Amino acid sequence: MASEVIATTTASPPSSLRAFWNSFSENRGAVIGMYVVVAIVLIAIFAPVLAPYNPLEQFKGATKLPPFWVQGSDPKYWLGTDAVGRDMLSRLMYGARISLFIGLSVMLVSMVLGVILGLASAFYGGIIDVVIIRIMDLIMAIPSLVLEILIIAITGPSLLNTVIAITIVYLPRYVRLLRASAIAELSKDYVTAAKVSGVGKLRLMLVTVLPNCTAPLIVQAALGISDAILEASGLGFLGLGAQPPTPEWGAMLADTRDLMQSHPWVMALPGLCILITVMAINLMGDGLRDALDPRLRKS
Amino acid sequence: MFKFLLKRLALTVPTFVALMFITFVMIRMVPGDPIEVRRGERGISPERLEMLRHEMGLDQPVWKQFLDYVWGILHGDFGTSIISKSPVLHEFLTLFPATIELTFFAMLIAVFVGVPAGVFAAARRGGIFDQTLMGIALTGYSMPIFWWGLLLVLFMSNTLHLTPVSGRVDLIKFYYPQVTGFAIIDSLLSGKPGALADVLRHLILPSIVLGTVPMAVIARMTRSSMLEVLEEDYVRTARAKGLSAWRVVGLHALRNALIPVVVSIGLQVGTLLAGAVLTENIFSWPGVGHWLTQSIARRDYPALQGGILLIATIVIIVNVLVDLTYAAINPRIRYGK
Repeated sequence: MASEVIATTTASPPSSLRAFWNSFSENRGAVIGMYVVVAIVLIAIFAPVLAPYNPLEQFKGATKLPPFWVQGSDPKYWLGTDAVGRDMLSRLMYGARISLFIGLSVMLVSMVLGVILGLASAFYGGIIDVVIIRIMDLIMAIPSLVLEILIIAITGPSLLNTVIAITIVYLPRYVRLLRASAIAELSKDYVTAAKVSGVGKLRLMLVTVLPNCTAPLIVQAALGISDAILEASGLGFLGLGAQPPTPEWGAMLADTRDLMQSHPWVMALPGLCILITVMAINLMGDGLRDALDPRLRKS
Repeated sequence: MFKFLLKRLALTVPTFVALMFITFVMIRMVPGDPIEVRRGERGISPERLEMLRHEMGLDQPVWKQFLDYVWGILHGDFGTSIISKSPVLHEFLTLFPATIELTFFAMLIAVFVGVPAGVFAAARRGGIFDQTLMGIALTGYSMPIFWWGLLLVLFMSNTLHLTPVSGRVDLIKFYYPQVTGFAIIDSLLSGKPGALADVLRHLILPSIVLGTVPMAVIARMTRSSMLEVLEEDYVRTARAKGLSAWRVVGLHALRNALIPVVVSIGLQVGTLLAGAVLTENIFSWPGVGHWLTQSIARRDYPALQGGILLIATIVIIVNVLVDLTYAAINPRIRYGK
């Protein structure tokens, strides 16, 4: 009888996903950030359906129209049009695609390469470790924007080269992170146990150790997306990123510098999009860090 | 300490060598003929081409060329600009004071706003004040600064007419000779009334723009570092002794909390010097960042090559100095490893 009572009152511990969500959703800012990110992702995916016009189409008689809340706007173009009569709303929607593409591809490529190099350097040590760490130190010694300018000066300005340049610049973050956490894990008992029971090196790296390094990696990846978006828009603004007529937010901003005084909204809108996107991802990243890293949870 | 200094300096040598190698390779990888790229000429006759090749040492084996390049750098020869035909080092040194001035004031703003904001937020943790400040810090951290700069110009300069749109000083009203290259000092030396005020009016917006991101980073760091320190036993003891709350927070806790913050401030100086590229472009600030982007637009590759090498060198030196300062304050770094 007594044992039955105990059995019914023992609740099973929440699954790790559930525990993560409980912890994450405590942070109101992080949840708001997540909703905004989801909205931006949906806009980016469904841009061809949602956008009223082709982002490159120029409407001759409708240049420099203001958005709907300003006098003299045209209800056909909600957020107005730019200097050559392209619909702002459509361009901004397609711009979300470009920015997210840059952010995600930089994150994915630099993370995968970083994980491989970081693990290799932690596991093999010796000359491999020295070479990898030296190269990463070199990349970090050159200020990011200057290194990106150097790479783009060699390869020429384009969207793809922007991605390549930022990926190289962000690589050391992942390599060093992975190397440090892998080295810390390597001295733990479960790794020794796995080694003793004859687990191969590759399996030890990828199956035994890697999953235990994922928490800081996820946080770094989330914040890496927003940093990459900011960086790419800065390059776009300098004319070194995506080339016109691509509707990249940073490049759109650079286009409108002459119109700044007479038509401020043409300049204001792309910048606002960058700010909202980056801020939402950062909010979410902060929440992820607090939820995944219990040491930081209290602060 | 001396041993640590030597070790730290030795570590920078391979970085310098690699840096020289990369910039050396760079000029060979840019699209177009190296002669055309270097001389800025097109359609050269074969005889003249041969002559130029010999003159520039391009008929030598590549390893010899590289050694010559390194030799030149070690003797202060960073190449010659195609456009101005003057040595890159000279151009750089002429423009660098403008960047230092801008960076210095940006850092000043960042520290004097960021640190108090972080301390107040930590002291009133979880309150409305904390949340507002951290919200602002997050916005600053996420800000595309070129947009922020344009917005400030739009409101402060074009609408309210409070600050000038670009440049370092109104040269028509206050022309003064360049003595040190630092506008603040030169304007004082010129003895013209109002010149210094005009220089400061030009400086304020670019400094705010460049200082925004470090300000946010410093505020966030100070806050989390303070929160950690406030949990320590000695802080509790100080409170138990009956010291006032602000004395505990502002004196006892802040001193220790600032150590990691000081290090991050130091490391940001290097990034800032280079990060001035965007800010200088918005305000047509005649510093090295602006010059670098102009060199790209003009395809002045030698200037770009030398400029990048010089900026990276300065950042490396700044980082070494920061490390040394840190080791001086914190003995654990010196003896550990």
